[in-house]
Amino acid sequence: MSGNRERVLGAVRRALGRGGNADTDAAATRAVAERLAGHRRGPIPARSRLDPAAQVDLFETMAREQAATIARVTDPNAIPATIAGYLKTSNLPPQIRMAPDENLTDLPWAGQPMLEVATGRAAAEDRVSLTGAFAGIAETGTLMLLSGPTHPTTLNFLPDVHIVVLRADDVVGPYEDAWERVRAKYGAEGLPRTVNFVTGPSRTADIEQTIQLGAHGPRRLHIILVGEKG
Amino acid sequence: MTSLGGDFSENARAAVTDPQLQRAMAHVKTGFIGKRAKAAARLPEFEVLRDASRDIKDHTLAHLDLYLERFETQVTVNGGHVHWCATPAEARAAILDICRQAGARTVTKGKSMIGEEIDINAHLEAAGIVPVETDLGEYIVQMRHERPSHIIAPAVHLTKDTIEADFRAHHRDLPADRQLSEVPQLVDEARQILRQRFLDADVGITGANFLVAETGSSIIVTNEGNGDLTQTLPRVHIVIASLEKVVPTLEDATTILRVLARSATGQEFSTYTTVSTGPRRPGDVDGPEAYHVVLLDNGRTDLLDGPFREVLRCIRCGACMNHCPVYHAIGGHAYGSVYPGPIGAVLTPALLGIEAAADLPEASTFCGRCESVCPMRIPLPNLLRHWRERAFAKKVTPGSVRAGIGAWAFVARRPALYALATGVAARALAWLGRRRGRLSRLPLAGGWTRFRDLPAPQGRTFREQWAAQKSARR
Repeated sequence: MSGNRERVLGAVRRALGRGGNADTDAAATRAVAERLAGHRRGPIPARSRLDPAAQVDLFETMAREQAATIARVTDPNAIPATIAGYLKTSNLPPQIRMAPDENLTDLPWAGQPMLEVATGRAAAEDRVSLTGAFAGIAETGTLMLLSGPTHPTTLNFLPDVHIVVLRADDVVGPYEDAWERVRAKYGAEGLPRTVNFVTGPSRTADIEQTIQLGAHGPRRLHIILVGEKG
Repeated sequence: MTSLGGDFSENARAAVTDPQLQRAMAHVKTGFIGKRAKAAARLPEFEVLRDASRDIKDHTLAHLDLYLERFETQVTVNGGHVHWCATPAEARAAILDICRQAGARTVTKGKSMIGEEIDINAHLEAAGIVPVETDLGEYIVQMRHERPSHIIAPAVHLTKDTIEADFRAHHRDLPADRQLSEVPQLVDEARQILRQRFLDADVGITGANFLVAETGSSIIVTNEGNGDLTQTLPRVHIVIASLEKVVPTLEDATTILRVLARSATGQEFSTYTTVSTGPRRPGDVDGPEAYHVVLLDNGRTDLLDGPFREVLRCIRCGACMNHCPVYHAIGGHAYGSVYPGPIGAVLTPALLGIEAAADLPEASTFCGRCESVCPMRIPLPNLLRHWRERAFAKKVTPGSVRAGIGAWAFVARRPALYALATGVAARALAWLGRRRGRLSRLPLAGGWTRFRDLPAPQGRTFREQWAAQKSARR
């Protein structure tokens, strides 16, 4: 295996003319180190450069455009009732699989006696999942979901319906602002196992270019936006 | 990489007279082009993002050794493994080895062109392991024992009635009288069947749209969610990627992501963009226990040093084929190569040798649409011209063509002779076509006039008209 490594890397180095000039090689090493440390941003679309409230509105507009549905609540304690209502009007069974996330588990579920709530990773038979979100990206109405003990990744993909609770305060303009928040939490070089950007429900256009929702992932994505930004 | 075989001219001739293929290709011409144009027009920064994306890849390719080393270090730090492979055979051996150690019986697969390049499915099957393609289009072409005919829309050459017939023939356990003529019914059926496959798989193989040197991450971009189920549910996740997929930072990947979906499907952003870094962490209750990256060279390093380095900027969005009149006319299979369309015509001779693929650089009208829409600004027509020159220099071009080009070159280098010859020819052709304004038969050009008429010249050559206009202006 290490023989292959040297052969492949050696071929790359030869093609780039490494080893010919020590100064050029040192300059290349420096350029790469600077680039990696700098996290330089490319051109950022101006569309998300808005005041906080307008950013949340842009998030909502863009997410709806991608076939997500959105409910806004001002009080987090209203979330269980909102979910019970959503399941009822959508003709879904009153059962959810919830991420083991205190922000969710601490909500007043006792007020919804008809709603069956289980926590943990998704099982094949789960129809509806509930998770939090690390951030919402206004630019394209995209959710940023981070894996970890409080957010099993299977909840994002296996059930038919994915309900996501997003705090308005966690809505940012461009993706780059979300990366900055990730680095603040996980350190300069650390990332959780998966970072999932999710924009609307699953879809395919593989048959005659006809867009059909619910290919393999969730058929519906329902976002509950909580509070105001600012 | 293996060629799919077949003679290009014969394939193309069969393709243009295949009514089912022509019906299917009509969707390509109307769908992709309009959607991309709309998405590009909606983002004022689209053109500067294309420039920035090109610059990111140029910088990365110029420092490819250093970024690959950094990528490897970060994968290892996060508990993953990198397998360096110079050839498809080495990549297959590495993958088989991982599968055997995992005791794998079934392997689910996300969409991967590298998988096609190394022909992994056939080799897994030969080793007694069942590979299951999970992207809907890939699932359909695997069922038909075909190759993808497009790099992002594998079944674009098929119509829904063909797919219905395939599903009925393969899904024999389902009731024969079920409704299956509409797209939602077909999508639903595939969803039901593949669900169990996702849950049963021991190993999941995905490709990578990007590798991030900074963090040692792989990124996949999908709409269906199949890639995520493929890499989340099994015990082992294998990423197969070629060397040039690496970019320096998350910010660099983000910049290119802004042009990828818009160029490919005309979406603002694909439904799922997933950044994966290493295996399951302590405390995680799902995700794979092992994370492997199989890094494939297969001819890339040969392209690094020379004019073809620019082709390594390609992010496989498919815009070049979506806009190519030749691809529209013949579809992807006629190219006989893993990568069809303009990018395939440039890449295939590089991977297989110009001797094995001399026809492909000829499959272009040089209209330039591919270059005008390429998000990475790859000068595709220019690179095709390079291949034509190399084919000529290596004497791969057929003798009759070489003789013709030689004769033309002899005349073109002698301006007086050129003026005389073209003057005589223009007048002779004008006289011959004087009645109908066009010629339906021509000596030595039967191959051309067999399918279309030549408009008759107006009597004078371009150079004569140019000179007349210039003196009139004076």
